[in-house]
Amino acid sequence: MAFLEVKDLEVEFQVDKKPVIPLKGISFEMNEGEVLGIVGETGSGKSLTAHAIMGLSAMSGGKIRGSVKFAGQSLLDLSEKAMQSIRGSQIAFIPQNPMTSLDPVYRVGDQIMEGLLNHADLSKSKAKQQVLDIMEKLNIPKAEHVFQQYPHELSGGLKQRIVIAMGLCANPRLLIADEPTTALDVTVQAQIVRLFKEITVSKGIGLLLITHDLGVIAQICDKVAVMYAGNLVELARIESLFGSPRHPYTQALLNCIPSIGMKQGSLAAIYGNVPSATDCPDGCPFHPRCPHSFSTCESTMPTLIQIEGGAKVACHLYQENQE
Amino acid sequence: MVDAQVVEKKHKSPWTIILKRLSGNKMGVIGTILILCLVLVAIFAPILEPHSYKEQHIENMNAPPSVNHLLGTDDLGRDMLSRIIRGARISFVVGVLSVAISVLIGVVIGSIAGFYGGVIDTVLTTIADLTWSMPAILIALLLVAIIGAGLESVIIAIGLSYWAQYARLIRGQILSLKSATYIEATRALGASNYVILFKHLIPNSLSPVIVAATIGIGNAIVLEATLGFLGMGAQPPTPSWGAMMSNGTAYLFISPWVIIFPGLAMMITVLGFNLFGDALIDIMDVKNKESI
Repeated sequence: MAFLEVKDLEVEFQVDKKPVIPLKGISFEMNEGEVLGIVGETGSGKSLTAHAIMGLSAMSGGKIRGSVKFAGQSLLDLSEKAMQSIRGSQIAFIPQNPMTSLDPVYRVGDQIMEGLLNHADLSKSKAKQQVLDIMEKLNIPKAEHVFQQYPHELSGGLKQRIVIAMGLCANPRLLIADEPTTALDVTVQAQIVRLFKEITVSKGIGLLLITHDLGVIAQICDKVAVMYAGNLVELARIESLFGSPRHPYTQALLNCIPSIGMKQGSLAAIYGNVPSATDCPDGCPFHPRCPHSFSTCESTMPTLIQIEGGAKVACHLYQENQE
Repeated sequence: MVDAQVVEKKHKSPWTIILKRLSGNKMGVIGTILILCLVLVAIFAPILEPHSYKEQHIENMNAPPSVNHLLGTDDLGRDMLSRIIRGARISFVVGVLSVAISVLIGVVIGSIAGFYGGVIDTVLTTIADLTWSMPAILIALLLVAIIGAGLESVIIAIGLSYWAQYARLIRGQILSLKSATYIEATRALGASNYVILFKHLIPNSLSPVIVAATIGIGNAIVLEATLGFLGMGAQPPTPSWGAMMSNGTAYLFISPWVIIFPGLAMMITVLGFNLFGDALIDIMDVKNKESI
């Protein structure tokens, strides 16, 4: 059985008394210790996927359907209390923006410690020692000093490390990181990405990395899921995705990355915009922007199917071939 | 391996920051001095008062200010200065305790309403709005009439009259803070609703409440005086500024000092709390980081 198995995960919100479904039934699997990247444009449902797995989107009034199986447990059927004991200790979440993810009224050390004490029955001094150990492992210089500081006294890179330390302190088996590098300088980004790789490899923690940066994906992921407008359009191992992208959207995304030595001229871009969740076209949501679209694309939604080479793709181009 | 940089700054405690900001605010300094004077007078009342506050000297009634009685005497020949000094104690105790009651009730009700939302919110907000729509003096009078006059009942009555404003304030704060990223991050660490509400949301929502409470102490002192003036406050011989003024009305044209000096004392006290409260608005503004 897979370590994390997400099946037909769907989230529905009520907007002006009308149902809006920004996440339309996605399925994927993850093995223990694997690094899965979820990539997509803004509004494609990446963060929502993470929130739904953690059961956090119910807090903002969303209805979650489908199933999430984690280490044999069905997370969506658990009570809020049972979820609380899993959050942080089994599955940890690193939120999008480190700048605003720390409570301004507490010292950062106490905040990391809180995550630990939520789940472990430890004395304060032992907990503090563990926190200092984690901080040192994350290369936070002068950990003792930083422990006593307030969030506003720290730089962005340091805050990001603190947030990562919060996620790691209770030894989770799965780490979900929501755009952990987006708010950072490029130089710090590289450090953080390397840090993630070290932690997950050395501790055997599964990592679900959400980003819109294909560069980050290329550096650390084993598998990649490409999302578009609330759907999973391609799921492939990293070599296969970068080597032979199948879905026209993935191809277009990869085309947008400028490379050294490319010819002069304008950069490639994908024509048009991501459709909003309230106004999604019929059929394949990508068809208005797709260079290969044909009549079927406008009426029927393609399903995610396995193609040769192990990749999964949701596109009529490949469904035709199968038949 | 990579290294982040730590700028080793001299750590400033929140108190140093507050003191530094306060010292740059002239009105705040005046307010602080006035409040400190009140506190000191209230604490050291038995030492400071030149005469007994309750000893009567009928032969010396309604005496104008003199060297022996700096602020004159009242209709029973009691020393006005001593009574005003004693009265400071009453005003201060009533002001602080009743606001403490209001804030406690307001914070609990407001934060629960804001945090849980839905029906709970509708019910609690309606109760708060109903309370808020009635003049505080009416509620206080009604409550004193039910519990009976006296210092304790005045404190309780004032406390129960003013809680709605704090409830509304904190509800708004919680509503805007509960979707903050750090609250989500805390939840993702497995924190319970209880921890999120009491450990993270409320401490982060308190600064406007502290400002309102400071100004609220001034209001509570005025309300206590009003109740005293109407004879519903602390009972004789306990000197309450309001009751003293009420006594003085009968002799307004014979001995105006009986009504003027308690009034002045109250004005200065309330002014102190208002100035200090206004200064707090600037001091507590977290976004204003320039002087950190």
